[in-house]
Amino acid sequence: MSQDIFVVIEHLRGQVADMSYVMLGGARALSKAIGGNVVAVLLGHKAEGLAGNFAADGVLYLDHPALAEFTSDAYQKALVGLISEKQPRLVLLGSTSIGSDVAGGLSVKLGLPLVSSCRNFTADGKYVSQICGGKINAEGDLPSPTALVTMVPGGYKPDAGQSAQAPALTKVEAAGLDALRVSLAKYVEPESGDVDIAKEPVLIAVGRGIQQQDNVQLAEDLAAAMGGVVCGSRPVIDQGWLSTSRLVGKSGKRVKPKVYLALGISGAPEHAEAITDSDMIIAVNTDPKAPIFEFAKYGTETDLFDLIDPLIAKVKAAKG
Amino acid sequence: MNIVVLVKLVPDLVEELNIDPSGAALDMSWLRLIINEFDDHAEEQAILLKERGGGQVTAIVPEYEGADEVLFTASARGADRLIKLGGDFLVANNHALARACAAVIKELNPDLVLTGVQANNDLDGPVGPTLAECLGMPYVGYVSGVATGDGKVTAMKEYPGGLKAEMQVKLPAVLGIQAAEQPPRYVAVSKVRMVMKTATIETRDAGALDGSGAPAVGRMFQPEAAAHAEMITGSVDDVADKLVNIFKEAGVL
Repeated sequence: MSQDIFVVIEHLRGQVADMSYVMLGGARALSKAIGGNVVAVLLGHKAEGLAGNFAADGVLYLDHPALAEFTSDAYQKALVGLISEKQPRLVLLGSTSIGSDVAGGLSVKLGLPLVSSCRNFTADGKYVSQICGGKINAEGDLPSPTALVTMVPGGYKPDAGQSAQAPALTKVEAAGLDALRVSLAKYVEPESGDVDIAKEPVLIAVGRGIQQQDNVQLAEDLAAAMGGVVCGSRPVIDQGWLSTSRLVGKSGKRVKPKVYLALGISGAPEHAEAITDSDMIIAVNTDPKAPIFEFAKYGTETDLFDLIDPLIAKVKAAKG
Repeated sequence: MNIVVLVKLVPDLVEELNIDPSGAALDMSWLRLIINEFDDHAEEQAILLKERGGGQVTAIVPEYEGADEVLFTASARGADRLIKLGGDFLVANNHALARACAAVIKELNPDLVLTGVQANNDLDGPVGPTLAECLGMPYVGYVSGVATGDGKVTAMKEYPGGLKAEMQVKLPAVLGIQAAEQPPRYVAVSKVRMVMKTATIETRDAGALDGSGAPAVGRMFQPEAAAHAEMITGSVDDVADKLVNIFKEAGVL
């Protein structure tokens, strides 16, 4: 048993995900409160080169051909062996398409408690998790002696998890990687679509508040008047009202426009994390408690259906 | 193909959320529950697979107020068998739900189990991966496209930035659905009412719930915003005028 804080590094196709650095930053902050070393756990094949800038006291590197690409089954099996052998104080994983796929299985298999959606740790070492679309925080003691934690972005900056000095890397045998039931057939590149919303300076974003497909045209009209492009949050894309190339959020694009005008978007964490690099966020939402008002520069509770037509007229007038 | 879909109800986030007197849990007494939208997509995906390749869809819903309606709606959409899992699920965590469901699902001997990739009140991880391990099945989540054949399932898994991975998963398996291949189908209330007259809901008692594996909560609170948007008020015309000025300042008009 140790007081170490393990961070399971997420990477895809040779690229370390920002979330890995966010978690390393969180682990560093937490180690100040509860002690222990920050240990990056890197699973891969011929992937040592990824570990050069981890802000960690050490790297445990599990190299195996079955770990060359992420699959839930291989990652979970490799981590079961490592965690039961090392018995760290904590194992941090992303509340992501990688970490969430394995954390629940590890919890049952190893009999370890799992805290999910943790955004940050308090100065006295408690977890703070974000639930109900960011409207409620849950805080509590980190279960002992060993706990699994999945983390969401927002609590720590990726910079906090990076270091100019390469940490010491230790190779560890990856065991039990046979009879795997999940395999990667191929990657499928994102739909390119007609425009790249990541590069557009003016985005008119629609969320659940747009209510029905016909209303998307209102946003299109405003975008046409302003010289912008319409994008949307997950519910709108899942309804098929906009193509996936227009999706802004955790599983879509990260955007950084000059102006991000959010119409009827509540600002759930999955959406928020992808728009924080915008120069200016303006939120139109009738719910005064919508989380988006907490990070938008300007906001209004005016009903978007009342607002759009006069706004289009005034935008057109201003353009002359 | 024998498909099971697990559907749960979650707090409607449009409603006011309150903390109960203990200070460590949501006040559930007045809370409105709605179908977890990801479970809605899982149900649609299950029906699509059945329509495409035949088989049977069994919908399982833990007992909450509104569970019967959700089950009858599943039937109206095309589910063949409806099971309500009896127990105090209103306050149960996902570890308890996964263990209780696993016991029932094992008996059904499914090829494929679908559920939503997440729910808005998950605090001990989503139910899917936990359920998969209880069943001894592999799990793949963040799935937005499913095809079956040759004793395996092909799942399109989503990664950030729009990248997808085609994963092949040996059956039986559990998949966490992010989005069905088409939006969940609408069924008219009149059709649900008709189903209510003919469809049967089987009830299984979950027995004592084992919620070990979830963290204890010390307190719950509504986060205090570090910052707040500068609110633009006034008549619709005022608001539109102010927005135009803001657009000008931002250099986009």
